[in-house]
Amino acid sequence: MWLFLTSDCMFFGSLIATYMIYRGRAEKMFENGQGSGPLPHELLDIPYTSVSAFVLLMSSMTMVLALAGIQKGDLRSFRVWTLMTALLGSIFLGGQWFEFHEFYHEGLGYTTNMFSMTFYTLTGFHGFHVTLGVIWLMSLFIVSLRGGVRKEQALNVEIAGLYWHFVDIVWIIIFTLVYLIPYKDVPTIQEGGEHALRFIGLM
Amino acid sequence: MAQVAHDAPLHADAHDAHEGHPGELTYIKVAVILAIITIIEVAIYYIQWMHDKDLLVPALIILSAVKFFTVVSYFMHLKFDPRLLAYCFIVGLLFGGGLILSFMGLFGVHEIDYARDLWGKAMPAS
Repeated sequence: MWLFLTSDCMFFGSLIATYMIYRGRAEKMFENGQGSGPLPHELLDIPYTSVSAFVLLMSSMTMVLALAGIQKGDLRSFRVWTLMTALLGSIFLGGQWFEFHEFYHEGLGYTTNMFSMTFYTLTGFHGFHVTLGVIWLMSLFIVSLRGGVRKEQALNVEIAGLYWHFVDIVWIIIFTLVYLIPYKDVPTIQEGGEHALRFIGLM
Repeated sequence: MAQVAHDAPLHADAHDAHEGHPGELTYIKVAVILAIITIIEVAIYYIQWMHDKDLLVPALIILSAVKFFTVVSYFMHLKFDPRLLAYCFIVGLLFGGGLILSFMGLFGVHEIDYARDLWGKAMPAS
C-alpha cells in the first residue's frame, strides 16, 4: 500500500502541476480577449469548500477510530465508525457533485477553457479516489456483518485506512493550492519561456 | 498444527504494532487541532492585511504543511511505524513535489501571487 501511495503522490503531483500551469494561462488568455467562460475567482466558493474540507478531515478521524475499534476487537465500534466514514465521504462527494453542477450552469463546461479542463481533471480524479474509498469501506462494513472482519484481520482495515487518509491529505493540498491561494498577474507563454531560460542560465 | 505455529508470530507482530499507536483520545485531540488549523486558514484568507503584507501564501503553505504532516504522522501512524515506510513515502513526496516545482519553474507561466516578486528579487537582472 505504501508503494501504491508513493506512485499516487507522483500521479497527483503531475495533475496539480498541470493545473497550476494552465490555470494561469487561462486567465491571461481571457485578459487578451482569447478566452471564454467564467474564471476561477468568479466561481470558487471558499466557505462552501471549507465545509467540504472539514467533512473530509473529520472522516479521517472516524476512520482511525474504526481501526482502533477493530484492533481492540470491538466490532460494534468498528462498524459504527466505518459507516460514519463512508457517510462523510459520501457527503463530500455530494458536495463535489453539487459544485460541478453549479459551475456547469455558470457556463464552465469541461472544454470551456484551460482552467476548466485542468480543474475538472484534478478534482474529478480526487473524487474518483474518494468514490473508490467509499466502496472499499462499505465492502468492509458488509463483510463485517457477515463475520468476515475480526481483530486478527485488523491489517486489512489499516490498509483501507491508509488509502483513506491519503485521499484526505491530497485534498489538504488541493484545497490550499486550488481554492485558497489567490492568483494574479500571470505571464504569457513567451514570458514563461524567457523565465525558464533565465532560470537555467541560457538567457 | 503447522498452520497454528505459523500464524502465532504474525498475530504477535500485529499486536505489538498496535501497542505503539496512540489512543482514541489522542486521535480526537489531533482532529480538533486539524479543524482549528482549517478555520485559521479560511479566516486569514479574508484578512486584507495578510494580502497586503504578502503573508497569505507563506502562511497558507505552512498551515497546510502542518495539517499534512499531522495526518501522516498520527492518522497514518508513520510516526510510530518502521522508518522504512516513512522513507518510502518521503521518496514519493519528493518526486511528486519535485515534479510540481520543476514544471512550474520551467514553464514559469503560473506563479502564485507574491512568489513572482520573490523570484524577481532573487534572480539577477537580465
